[in-house]
Parts: sequence; structure tokens; C-alpha cells
Amino acid sequence: MSLTTPFKRIANAATLPWADVPAWPAEELVRATASELSRGARLSSWFGVPEGDAVCLVAVLAFDSEKTLAVARSAAFTGSYPSLTVKHPQAHMFEREVWEQHGLVPEGHPWLKPVRRTNGDAPANGTFFRVEGPEVHEVAVGPVHAGVIEPGHFRFQCVGEEVMHLEIALGYQHRGIEAALTGGPHRATLIQMETIAGDTTIAHATAYATILESLAGTEAPPRAQWLRAIALELERLANHTGDLGALANDVAFIPTSAACGKIRGDFLNLTALLCGNRFGRGFVRPGGCRFDLEPERAQRFLDRLKTALVDVAQAANWLWDSASVCARFENLGVVSMAQADEVGLVGPSARASGLTRDVRADHPAGWHRQAPTKAAIWPGGDVFARGHVRALEIERSGEFLCQQIFAKTESELRVEIAAPAPDTLAIAMVEGWRGEVCHVAITDAAGRFRRYKITDPSFHNWTGLALSLRGTAISDFPICNKSFNLSYCGFDL
Amino acid sequence: MFVHNTLIHRLKRGCETMAYPKGPPPPLPDRHGGSLKADATKCADGCTACVPVCPTQAITREPGKAMALDLGRCVFCAACVDVCPQDAIIQTGDYRMAVRHREDLVLGDPGKEELRLAKSLDEKLRKLFGRSLRLRQVSAGGCNACEADTNVLGTIGWDLGRFGIQFVASPRHADGLFITGPVSKGMELALKKTYDAVPDPKIVIATGACAIAGGPFVGHPQINNGADSIVPVDLYIPGCPPHPLTILDGLLRLLDRLEEKNSSQAA
Ligand code: SF4
Repeated sequence: MSLTTPFKRIANAATLPWADVPAWPAEELVRATASELSRGARLSSWFGVPEGDAVCLVAVLAFDSEKTLAVARSAAFTGSYPSLTVKHPQAHMFEREVWEQHGLVPEGHPWLKPVRRTNGDAPANGTFFRVEGPEVHEVAVGPVHAGVIEPGHFRFQCVGEEVMHLEIALGYQHRGIEAALTGGPHRATLIQMETIAGDTTIAHATAYATILESLAGTEAPPRAQWLRAIALELERLANHTGDLGALANDVAFIPTSAACGKIRGDFLNLTALLCGNRFGRGFVRPGGCRFDLEPERAQRFLDRLKTALVDVAQAANWLWDSASVCARFENLGVVSMAQADEVGLVGPSARASGLTRDVRADHPAGWHRQAPTKAAIWPGGDVFARGHVRALEIERSGEFLCQQIFAKTESELRVEIAAPAPDTLAIAMVEGWRGEVCHVAITDAAGRFRRYKITDPSFHNWTGLALSLRGTAISDFPICNKSFNLSYCGFDL
Repeated sequence: MFVHNTLIHRLKRGCETMAYPKGPPPPLPDRHGGSLKADATKCADGCTACVPVCPTQAITREPGKAMALDLGRCVFCAACVDVCPQDAIIQTGDYRMAVRHREDLVLGDPGKEELRLAKSLDEKLRKLFGRSLRLRQVSAGGCNACEADTNVLGTIGWDLGRFGIQFVASPRHADGLFITGPVSKGMELALKKTYDAVPDPKIVIATGACAIAGGPFVGHPQINNGADSIVPVDLYIPGCPPHPLTILDGLLRLLDRLEEKNSSQAA
């Protein structure tokens, strides 16, 4: 490993004594972080940890090509620090969040405003960016949208049909998840983790269980790791299938839309075959899994899976075979590779802009250490690319499941785990279907959560949607939006 | 050419809409467990084993009082079922769970071991909405699972449209609201405005543990503990999320569109 860095290296699903995390003055942390980001690291998380009346900043970096993570922190301080966003826009939402949560001011941040805080009976949106000019008009959409979908507010600055700027204001879904975690885990913690983003239950629950297991100095039994990997790919299959259908629906291509709506349900029902719940609630438990996939059930699972995979491949082909569909998707909502890198996109949205980032391949933990997956990459950065990457991932997840379903894993399903180690930092990342789910826990002297930071992939990716709209007709917003399909509640927490 | 292929493929798939409610409902997954039944008379003296394992504080047993299970708060994790030494709380396998009144979800006392299924709307409303119900969905802190399994009712397998039920874009076109989520403080104003924008007479349906009582987030200062603290609710559909079949049963029950054998209207 050639990497030398002043940051402390740490693997995914590992822990570190809090005292071993290097601590520098805030200016130095910003400088060192900026220099690592400049040479290819990624900002996976950036958050504050209260210490008495002051706060220390923690930076979690991902060195994807070196396959390692790294952390450092600042000494506790109050007041302000030089903004990292000025050099590295991927920090912009993190710095806003730290400001909102702890009052630390990033000096020089170009657009410092609330992220999700509630003000009375609505989010504290702050003022919106405005383009002035005789032909300019503003369009406001939401929070209540047209479909059966979560709320958020979109503010477009347009000239005629063309969008010059889109600002996305969220916070409507804020349920106070992080605040409630301090002093935890509590009895509601696990179900809250499962519902951070309800369509990403397995990824978030796996990250949380991994945190507790590593804080206990152990791992889930192999059989549970295997089951979690299976459930994770099912979650990806269901959601990606739904997304292909939704994309088709938005260009009025009903055959694929109708078929995918049904097939998505077939995948959800496979998750229900595992654990009774279509979203995987109650499946992942700290120390293991609650249900097994016995050989007889595995056979039923495989039979149904194969049918669904054939169906979805066919439905996807109808889409790609239709020239009028492809013409609508191509060159629409383009996010270039450079832009994607600059704003720190993750998941399929990043891979559709040609970036190779996938936690399963770059920072494998659990079952993925022995069952490698290959990231699905497509250049282009347009709606077509985001659709196509999903279709590729559907194929690969399908292959993964068919290969792994009869893997030999003789072990318990679930073990009792010890209480969390005190004064320790733990990191767990999982490649959810939208991208990198990152959980970081820091325990206090009694082993309770002193701070628990959740970064849903949508936290990185909403900026990508805003960028994709630049220069695009406002009427194409729905397709662009579907091509990202981000989580409101995962962002709002 | 391609258009032709597409049509052929489509025709080959045929009709994929389920027979229910004319035929039998699709089976629940075997590990689903369905609704719960709680018989407080079975509880051992002083036993409170189930109380601390419930993540949403749905079970109470005050000293000297009987155990009570509030299915409105329940996320159906079955932790209480696993831990109860007396089988006082058991799974029934029944998908039907919708009720008209909040207290109909509280189980435990003799005669109230199971939830009291919803009766349909009164005749006047049934006349208005029975064959055409337009709903405006409002997600107010919902995690997107209740939303997703509501959306599923619009797919070809379930085809909600065949009952004349439709989700519409504008509250002004709606006969009622279909609420998911605990009503986060951030959505409180938007929910009120949407409710006000629906013309009278209107109905409100609270779907999922969140919308009924705050669900996994009950007690958080950032939320209201359910929709009925903000607007009057006519139908509660428990679950986290409720199975699509449970939601559909609730809607049809409310409109009295179920076949006799499935309906509680006779009562
Ligand atoms: S009831 Fe459960 S599934 Fe429904 S919105 Fe709440 S947390 Fe999500």
C-alpha cells in the first residue's frame, strides 16, 4: 500500500480508539482535507462532535483506488473556520449541516443556509437564489407533489422553457433521527434505522448492525453476512426495476412501465419470502439475522427469482429497443464526470457519469469480501446513462444472487454481542441501491453513542439533480428527477 | 417493426390483474404473520416481559392493570410474540386490519382481543364516493415504504382503478386525503393547507404506524404523533408499512365494496 497520509487509516466495518484519531487545529484539518481531496480522496462524511461547549469536526475520507478509508478531526473549538467548500464543492452540504447543527461558521461558504431544520410548522428554508432579468421567471414546485411521493420544494429560475438554475429545499421529512441517537442505542433505534429511508431498509440496517458488531469487537456469523448480501441485492433489484418502470412511464412508454411495476413487486415479494416484510423490516438484527433461508426455501426463492429476472430483462429490452424512448433519454440532464466528481456524487448517479465508485468493490465488508462484485459503469452522465447503469446492475445483481444462493455457509444465524466499547469510533459503509450509505458512531466512556452520524447517498446526490437541470427544459424535470430518484427522508433524517 | 414487437410482447403477457376481491386474496407471505391478537387474561401475574421489547411503546401494563396492545403504534416486529411466555399475544395471519376509530386498535380486554374491523361510510357518503373516490396522497414524514406500497395498488397486478379509486394530483380534485408519515413538523402547514383545499364533504385515511400514532418516531419533538392530531381521521390502516392487500381491504371496506363473506358491513 503506497498511500501515505497524515489521516489515520481505517477499514470499512472497523473501529479505532477515539484517542487515536489525529486531532489538529481546525484550519489544519481543512487544509489537510483539501489536499487529500485534491489528490483523489472523497469526502464520505464531515460532521461535528460536541465536546463540552465546543465542537470538534470529524472528516471521513474514502481513498477508493487504495481501498481504504481515513479519519482525522479538529481540536474542539467554537466560532468559525475557513470553509472547505471554497476549494471542494463536495463539502458544501456538509458544512451547511455542521453550521445548522452546531453553529460553526465556515468562513467563505458561498451559500450558507439551513439544511433541514424545522421552523414552527415548516422547514426553515432561508432565501432562495434568484436570477434577475426581464425575461426571467421563477417556478415553485412542492412540497406536496403530484404523485404518491415524498415532499420537497423545488425552485426553478427559468428563461422561457430553459432552466438556468434549480434550487432544492428539503427538510419537510425531518423526524429527528440523529438527535434521538445521542445516548443510544435505545429500544426504538433499530426500527428507526430501518426507516431512515424506507426503501433502503437493508442497507441502513446492515450499516447499523455492523457498527454495533464492530464496537463489540466481533462480526456477524458468516451465514448472516451471506443473508444480508442477498437481501441487499434484492433491495437493489426491486428499486432499480421500479426506476426503469418510472422512467418509461415519464416518456409514456407504457409496456415497460406496466411490466416493471409488477416485476418490482415480484422482487419485493422475494424479500417478503425471506422475512415476511416486503421492505426487509425485521430481517437484519445486530449480531446476525432474524430469519434463515433454508435449502427448500432457497430453491423456491431461486425459481421465482429466475422468472423475475427474465421478465425484467425483457421489459428493459423493450425500452432500449424503442428509438423514440432512447431519443428522449439521450443527452438529457447531463452531469459530466468532472462535475460528478466535484460535487461528490455516489452510487449509480456517479457510475453513470463514468466514475468508478462502489463500496462493494472498493471497501468490501461482510460477505462482499469473499463474493466480489464489479461496479457497473457507463459514461455519458445523461438520463440514458443513469437508466442504463441500473439495467446493468439489475443483470449483475441477478447473477450475484444466482451464484450465491447455494453458497456453503454453515454457522449460527445470530449471536449475542457484547456491549459497545467505550470511547471508540466505528465506521460502516454499505453500497445501498442509491449509493454509499455511511454510518459513523462515536461512543462515550460508558459505551453509549456520543455521536451517531448518518450519511445517506441522497445527501451527496441532490446537488447532482440540481446540476442536471441546468440548460434543460423545465418540462424535462420529471424525467431527470426519476433518473436520480433520490430519498427525501434519507436526506432529512 | 419495434412497435410491432412491443405490442406482441405485451399481448403475450396477458391480463395480470388479480381476481381479488371476487376471487380469493393473494396469500400473505408465510413469515408475515398478519394481524395480532392479545388476550390479557392469559398474562401471568405481574409479568411485563413484552413491555420493554416493544420498540414503539405499543404495549402497556400499569401496575394492577391489564396488559394493552395498541396496534396503531405497532410495527409488527413480533418481538412481543417471541418473548411472551403465555402466548397472550399471537399472530393471526389475517391481512384485514383497517378500523374506523382509534380505540378499535387497542387490544387486550375480554371481547377486545382482536381489532374491530372498519364499517363502511354512512349511506350518504357511500353514495357519493362508493363508486368513485379520488384521493390526494400526502406524505408527511413517511419513509417511502408506505408510499411505495400504496403506489403498488396502481400497478397492473392490483389495478386500483377498477374500483373507481384514483390518486389525483390536486387536492381540489380530491374527495379526501390519504396520509402517510407521522406528520413531521416540517409538513404540518402543508398538510393543513392541502386538507383545506379539498372540497367538503371529505374523508381522511391515515395509513401506517407513523400516520396513526408516530410509528418508529413516536415522542420525537420534530413530529406530531400521527395525523389525527392535525386533521380528523375516518380510517386507520395499521402496519409498517401495511401490506398492499391490507390497504386495499381498508379502502374497499370503507366503500362497502367487498364481497359479503369478506365484509363486516353485515353487523
Ligand atoms: S409506518 Fe413504517 S413504513 Fe410507513 S412511513 Fe412510517 S416508518 Fe415508513
